[in-house]
Amino acid sequence: MNAAVKITPALVAEHGLKPDEYQRLLDLIGREPTLTELGIFSAMWNEHCSYKSSKVHLRGLPTKGPHVIQGPGENAGVIDIGDGLACVFKMESHNHPSYIEPYQGAATGVGGILRDVFTMGARPIACLNALSFGAPEHPKTRHLVSGVVAGIGGYGNSFGVPTVGGSVRFHNRYDGNILVNAMAVGLAKKDKIFYAAASGVGMPIVYLGSKTGRDGIHGASMASAEFDDDSAEKRPTVQVGDPFSEKLLLEACLEIMEKGCVIAIQDMGAAGLTSSATEMGAKGDLGVTLDLDKVPCREEGMTAYEMMLSESQERMLMVLKPDKEQEAEAIFRKWGLDFAVVGETTPTKRFIVRHKGEVMADLPIKELGDSAPEYKRPFVTAQKLPVIDSGAVEARGSIADALERMIATPDLCSKRWVWEQYDHIIGGNTVQRPGGDAAVVRVEDGPKALALTTDVTPRYCEASPFEGGKQAVAECWRNLTAVGARPLAITDNLNFGNPERPEIMGQFVGCVRGISEACKALDFPVVSGNVSLYNETNGKAILPTPSIGGVGLIDDFAKSATLAFKRDGDAILLVGETAGWLGQSIYLREICAREEGAPPPVDLIEERENGDFVRGLILDGTASAVHDLSEGGLLVALAEMAMAGEIGATLDAPPDDIPAHAYWFGEDQARYIVTVPAGKADAVLARARAASVLVSSIGTTGGAALALKGERALSVSSLYERSEGWLPAYMAGEA
Amino acid sequence: MKAAVLVFPGINRERDMARTLKLVSGTAPTMVWHAEHDLPAGTDLVVVPGGFSYGDYLRCGAIAARSPIMDAVRAFAAKGGLVLGVCNGFQILCESGLLPGVLMRNENLRFICRDVYLKVERSDSPFTRGYNAGQVIRVPVAHGEGNYIADGETIARLEGEGRVMFRYSSPDGMIDPNWNHNGAINAIAGIVNDKGNVLGMMPHPENHVEAAIGRTDGRGLFAGLTEALEKVA
Repeated sequence: MNAAVKITPALVAEHGLKPDEYQRLLDLIGREPTLTELGIFSAMWNEHCSYKSSKVHLRGLPTKGPHVIQGPGENAGVIDIGDGLACVFKMESHNHPSYIEPYQGAATGVGGILRDVFTMGARPIACLNALSFGAPEHPKTRHLVSGVVAGIGGYGNSFGVPTVGGSVRFHNRYDGNILVNAMAVGLAKKDKIFYAAASGVGMPIVYLGSKTGRDGIHGASMASAEFDDDSAEKRPTVQVGDPFSEKLLLEACLEIMEKGCVIAIQDMGAAGLTSSATEMGAKGDLGVTLDLDKVPCREEGMTAYEMMLSESQERMLMVLKPDKEQEAEAIFRKWGLDFAVVGETTPTKRFIVRHKGEVMADLPIKELGDSAPEYKRPFVTAQKLPVIDSGAVEARGSIADALERMIATPDLCSKRWVWEQYDHIIGGNTVQRPGGDAAVVRVEDGPKALALTTDVTPRYCEASPFEGGKQAVAECWRNLTAVGARPLAITDNLNFGNPERPEIMGQFVGCVRGISEACKALDFPVVSGNVSLYNETNGKAILPTPSIGGVGLIDDFAKSATLAFKRDGDAILLVGETAGWLGQSIYLREICAREEGAPPPVDLIEERENGDFVRGLILDGTASAVHDLSEGGLLVALAEMAMAGEIGATLDAPPDDIPAHAYWFGEDQARYIVTVPAGKADAVLARARAASVLVSSIGTTGGAALALKGERALSVSSLYERSEGWLPAYMAGEA
Repeated sequence: MKAAVLVFPGINRERDMARTLKLVSGTAPTMVWHAEHDLPAGTDLVVVPGGFSYGDYLRCGAIAARSPIMDAVRAFAAKGGLVLGVCNGFQILCESGLLPGVLMRNENLRFICRDVYLKVERSDSPFTRGYNAGQVIRVPVAHGEGNYIADGETIARLEGEGRVMFRYSSPDGMIDPNWNHNGAINAIAGIVNDKGNVLGMMPHPENHVEAAIGRTDGRGLFAGLTEALEKVA
């Protein structure tokens, strides 16, 4: 064993291991570790890789369903979409690196999640993202938005996957920690899914893809700690992305999978070679021996420690069928990629790393992952906030003024400036482009299509983690429903602050419970996910942000609904109950400058009934336009439908028992707007009564303006200009 | 039609192009790997699709232009064979000397993906015979470097010889800087070589060929090509 370096407490601390965790390591191996071994443990036992704070709570999430082929625990989740096809998808964060180096951080976040998907044998067909930035007036925000958006586009556009949807929000709680959550969705044959578990003793382990460099060393450890004032110094831990190599890796991997060469495959993501090699062995109940002299390196003189911890991108580890090794190598050479046999599987269940004739690490492979510390961290449940009586919230200005202001706010304005930098049409299957409730992507030549969305309302989660967790799932389900899809499953990307603080842990536990409850009620299992903790700087945490990425299925994409008003004279129907909930609403925050109160509660039974009703109207061709109601409430949704269709509407006065501003801008849940041809409205209302779904007629489409009783008319084109105006002006330094 | 679609490492719209050729002409094209030295026998149309050949790390299209297959394409073009380059394909054709000029970064320095309007300048070409001269079509663009430029003499020649096939325009066909998203000189979106058998264009007609996926404005280009080639055959 190489014991050239003395392991001191300071060195242990530098590796992010607490004294009791180090003791655990000593007990496990019965001796002092080598430096390489210490590095390996720090890579495997950090929060990012081990889920040590979150694991105990994640077990409560529903992960099974009749269509679930693979739940959490693999590179990505897999669901059955019929016709012998499977949808493979996952969302993952790249928060810490993106703050430090926005372009490369975001780019490699996209690269990492794409690799997770094609590692399983799927060709990526769509990407989405969920981005949270600091307040627009914060000096770093513009630079971060610009870099992150360019990075996401730079990687996805070059790789050749359409980026079809996502969300962008701004809040001062993200000033010191932005969130970049990237989701990838792929398509595979149901009987050709590839997994990480190695099988067979003495099988060659093959290294594929780009060379190993010194970039990204300790990246996963960085993502497992808070930031402080010196965070910018962590830039060298950020990896550099190469979408060109990844594209070649994709084509080469799919080709050797097609040729039946692959037994097991694992991409090298966080904690690189260490994590991928141990995972392949541990999952297959086998040992692994690596010979680092064989690893293709970008620079000379790399140590075992550096090679084991490098997070260089665009790399894969595989176990190949021995008789197909030459065929696989030829394919990789054709694509100009590195191919090297770097080790083999063994019966010993040991993880042995050799370099220059010396054993640099000799560790029990299963325990490396399984014996990672697991914490039941103390948590406190936040106090319930009072319900704000909408009657007591004084309206500020007219409804028309409020709408004009709200649609030009950073959170509600058009995000065209962002998504026009993403190639969202490559592949020729994008049925619904960004800007709708959910993106719709045709499956091969159709008629099936997938509906895709990402959702969460962080301020609800902060005000009530449980209701906020529920709401994130419900809104995702609602958005999929609003385009006519049957929601199938989600991936969750849970972004929180420092879990060692009981109030943060309380947010985490509450949100996860809420997610769990909603997923159960809506038969909407979690099939993959990622946890990102320590999103805080100098003790100031982000808003709790459990991003939910949802996938739904549409049997015939030609029947999917869009939010644009289609013609003059359609009846506008409001589905769901409107009480005028102003607590935590955009109206309260933007117009009244109050960010307070309990968030709107989510009645999951109502959510389901209303959604099923709306989906029925879409599938039988009755609905001409559909939009879910979310942030900003009823009038913002109507304005969005009008702007998308370039058609106005005449709207009835609010009911007498609700203040006008609460009616128009309240954020009650489980609601949709549906338009139907005027002649069908009565029949739809009768159907709704029969189904015990609350539906009311609230107006008629037509004209070039939104006309509300007692308010000045709002021309659709001027609303459009306002909605489209803010972000480009802001990015140009003019707003 | 016997089309050959070239595949360079990093090209990524070859599948879109192949699907469209099959859809419109009825015949699937042959995919030709960049390391080949010959085009398939009987090839009557070479298509250089879009993407990021070699990552566009050097200069867009510069490395692909030096691939072995490009010698065969140059020979094919010299004999009057039809060559269509779209997006990265246009950049590759410029870099390989088959078309004049160069594509610079978009004026706003950002990648842009959106539908744009193109004015079809003439219809007496195998590439545009599916359209009427002066017709405005709506097709998507998706590029970071589509800002066409050439020296003044070359531009004067292109214009004088009527070799500009497509121009960015307003929906009603007006040439207007507000509708020229990448800043191309004279709003040039697509040009042909002096013999008129090599077309390079930045927009993606292959992505607008199905009503169900948006629009069919791009179909005319492929339908026209099919017709032209059938007449010859």
